[in-house]
Amino acid sequence: MSSIHPALILLFGSLLLPLLRGNARKTWLILIPVIGFINLLGIDVGTVRSITFMGYELEVLRADKLSLLFGYLFHIAAFIGAIYALQVKSHVKLVTALMYAGSAVGAVFAGDLLSFFVFWELLAVTSVFQVWMGGRKNSINSGIRYLLVHVSSGLLLLAGAALRYQETGSLDFGHMELVGLANWLIFLAIGIKCAFPLLHTWLVDSYPEASPTGTVFLSAFTTKVAVYALARGFAGTEVLIFIGTVMTMFPIFYAVIENDLRRVLGYSMINQIGFMVVGIGIGTPLAINGAIAHAFNDVIFKSLLFMSMGAVLFRTGKINGSELGGIYKSMPWTAGFCMVGAASISAFPLFSGFVSKSMVMVAAGENGMLGVWLCLLFASAGVFHHAGIKIPFFAFFAHDSGIRTREAPLNMLVAMGIAAFLCVFNGTFPWLLYSLLPNEVDYHPYSLTHVINQTQLLFFSALAFTYLKLSGIYPPELRSVNLDADWFYRNGLQRLNRAASWSLNGLNAWAHRVVVEGLVHRLNHFFRHGPARFLVLLMRPYWKLHGLSEEELIHREKALYVQAELGAFPIGITACLAVIMMAVVLLGLLPKPG
Amino acid sequence: MNSIGNDKETPGSEPEQEKKHIFDEPKNLYRLLGIFFFLCWFLFLSDLLFLYLPRHSSFHEGIFNAEGTFGFYGTYGFVACVILVLTAKQMRKFLMRKEDYYDE
Repeated sequence: MSSIHPALILLFGSLLLPLLRGNARKTWLILIPVIGFINLLGIDVGTVRSITFMGYELEVLRADKLSLLFGYLFHIAAFIGAIYALQVKSHVKLVTALMYAGSAVGAVFAGDLLSFFVFWELLAVTSVFQVWMGGRKNSINSGIRYLLVHVSSGLLLLAGAALRYQETGSLDFGHMELVGLANWLIFLAIGIKCAFPLLHTWLVDSYPEASPTGTVFLSAFTTKVAVYALARGFAGTEVLIFIGTVMTMFPIFYAVIENDLRRVLGYSMINQIGFMVVGIGIGTPLAINGAIAHAFNDVIFKSLLFMSMGAVLFRTGKINGSELGGIYKSMPWTAGFCMVGAASISAFPLFSGFVSKSMVMVAAGENGMLGVWLCLLFASAGVFHHAGIKIPFFAFFAHDSGIRTREAPLNMLVAMGIAAFLCVFNGTFPWLLYSLLPNEVDYHPYSLTHVINQTQLLFFSALAFTYLKLSGIYPPELRSVNLDADWFYRNGLQRLNRAASWSLNGLNAWAHRVVVEGLVHRLNHFFRHGPARFLVLLMRPYWKLHGLSEEELIHREKALYVQAELGAFPIGITACLAVIMMAVVLLGLLPKPG
Repeated sequence: MNSIGNDKETPGSEPEQEKKHIFDEPKNLYRLLGIFFFLCWFLFLSDLLFLYLPRHSSFHEGIFNAEGTFGFYGTYGFVACVILVLTAKQMRKFLMRKEDYYDE
């Protein structure tokens, strides 16, 4: 019980970084997650710590198996990320990166919705720097979009938490049923960070715009905190099965035609989170375990894949499949690590995906969900196709792009090596990971059936790739942008704006032309010249009857015109008209007799 | 670009003559493909094992018997990927825009 709150070390330890130089800074950077991890080991299941804040009893620390597992995971991810980022000079980038990790740790240990909200917002605020400081063409704009989306998510969470407090009088963050506005708001807030379909575009928009190191941090925390929150709050919610299935399916199509290889990984990330969401939706102990175990493995192998692509970007300055190829000649180690990550995400036997993804599949089968199961199997084949083959193939092999560069820096290789080791370790000795899972499991991944089925599925997916590639049917990598749901706000809203601007400004211009320039002008003209003309028209026959000569007539008309325009009528006429007007009004208003 | 020919014909165009890498030699590529096709056959035929050994089904009896048929996983994987690629290729027709599409 001597441990301090696990988020504090990452949150505040990083603040010392700007004070240090050279090797001391590098050492401290690596030490922070290590110290945090040791501190975390001192926290046992069942530890609860509360503080009182403005009359609210806040459970800032509530440790159970679920939160502890995510706590360990985030420390490992921060450790790997820190090694990978050793060469980064920017203080802001590193400080915010570790604070980002600290926010994630804080969020998974928060026992009430208010503390959870605080860390949820901190996640958004600290992570956006990784996008902003990406140094790529669209980093700033993409970061602004990212921040807007995540702050909205935070506001929804806050609104939901406040409503819930009003209804139940409790801020406790536990299981919720998907009924009532409050819970729906919280669900939606988590859904945004979890990259639910149509809410997913922030992920594929911003992750490729971060720096090589930034994306590694980004990929580890935000979405996994959301997965944790779903498991904590909405386990067994049926709609999640549907949402998760859609998440596994649609990104793989995008991934096939996407050129930016880190964006391909972004799509495959949504696909992997889909498996977790399905598992949480099924809600049986096995399914939940599968979802959590897969979240653990996904952080490691997705970091590994992002690190290898980051290293390629770092060395060559290029990340598009159309511009890369043949890099294995210069970066053989990176290529090797990338393939370990690819094998893990594709769930090859002996690699980590194999021992976790299958738990979700088995749970779907046990519950007789044939449609879901067939979709997940399709997605398993698909993920191998785009993440397992496409990523290493187009980056490191394919046609020789002629790029010759150096192997990734040592620290990057070490970070990739550690991640690759963990992928293989979890794949070959899954029992350590299984022992940390929230539910008791009796699951054995290495049955003969499972191994043969899975390898057959993967090899024949590769066969399809080989066939399509050799026959020239496979779509070539093209420099392009593929429209996604963010079109609606990136372009749709812009068009709406343009349409509104065109129609409303047009209306305005029309009104100006007709009313201000036309009507007012004419009325003015009318009131200025109208009475005079009227009088002239009235007087002309009268004068003619008097037999005035043409010259005199013109003279009189001119005089009258000037008189009328100057308003030089006898005041009597005005008074007379006023009296008539008053009489009309009075007669109209007075009550009728009788 | 085939770098084998280049290296031989224009020595000295690069300060050091580039080392020949494993897939610069087409023979190695064919060898790899050969091993790969062999493994595919091997895995396909390894379903024969289940004629003698019990096969563990994902589903309870009667829900989805096709899973146990010979070569189900291989066929499914192959067909799935072909459908995936052909569909994605068609998607390009109405989703693909120029790289600077969103730039103002």
